[in-house]
Amino acid sequence: MNRFLLPLSIFVVVVGFLAVGLTLNPREIPSPLVGKSAPDFSLPQLHDQGKVFSSNELTGKVWLLNFWASWCSGCKTEHPVLMQLAQSGEVPIYGMDYKDQREEALAWLRRWGNPYPVTAVDESGRVGINYGVYGVPETYVIDKQGVIRYKQIGPLDDDVVAKKILPLVKELQAK
Amino acid sequence: MSWLALIMLLMPGLAWAGEAKPLAEDPVAEARLKHLAVELRCLVCQNQTLADSNAPLAEDLRREVREMIAKNMSDQEIIDFLVQRYGDFVLYRPPWKMTTTLLWIGPFLLLVGGAITLVMALRRRGRTLTDSAVTDEEHRRVEQLLSQGVKRS
Repeated sequence: MNRFLLPLSIFVVVVGFLAVGLTLNPREIPSPLVGKSAPDFSLPQLHDQGKVFSSNELTGKVWLLNFWASWCSGCKTEHPVLMQLAQSGEVPIYGMDYKDQREEALAWLRRWGNPYPVTAVDESGRVGINYGVYGVPETYVIDKQGVIRYKQIGPLDDDVVAKKILPLVKELQAK
Repeated sequence: MSWLALIMLLMPGLAWAGEAKPLAEDPVAEARLKHLAVELRCLVCQNQTLADSNAPLAEDLRREVREMIAKNMSDQEIIDFLVQRYGDFVLYRPPWKMTTTLLWIGPFLLLVGGAITLVMALRRRGRTLTDSAVTDEEHRRVEQLLSQGVKRS
């Protein structure tokens, strides 16, 4: 009996590690930017190319920055969630059209609805790099001081919005 | 018909000419990019380096690194730029930190643990072999059996 106790306990420990490993998503890389100032940007707006949208216009507000593109299928998945959140009026969602064709992006918003008060155009993907974006959709919660408080990698769903985004937004707005 | 054969012969040549474009005007910068890119991970296809990957993000990051090289930034500055944005995950060799200690020394711990277990097992086996005492009766029987063996052969 004693002879099998050690191998058995090692086996149980290894299985434990593997079980935890299975529940982790390797695509979710923790962002070093959470808790740091959101990188500034000034980019042309999607609907009016002559106008510039600049991140420091939003100082003093809690807001979401959503990186999306018309070519991205995950963005279509999360789109109804964004529409609902925008309609609730809890927090403004600003769009960042990431490496996209302007015409296709405009058509996409016309077709599915536009949850964004303003969408900026990141054609080269440079602002994306500054935000550590490696796959759209990605969504950032930014506080009144312009600090990133949360990063959602991949599509938002009702559960994440109800359990993480909204409580955090309310807490930050109260500050 | 011969002109068709000629065209067919030239076709692969044309395709080759299209592919063999120089990556950048400056071969020194390109060598530095290559050297850096094998140390950096592509975040989209995570088991490829930035040098290997054809993902759009990898192309963008290579472009970014090229521009930083053109600005005469040091390798360390370029790596810091990427780590600030993407975390230690972009590095193929994670830095020595509190959180990565086990990662770095784990294999050596396993090696030492294995060696200790091996030495202990060998010693235990050596002891059990020498400890077995032979009685006089058994000794005689062994002698007898061995002498029988000699006669038989």
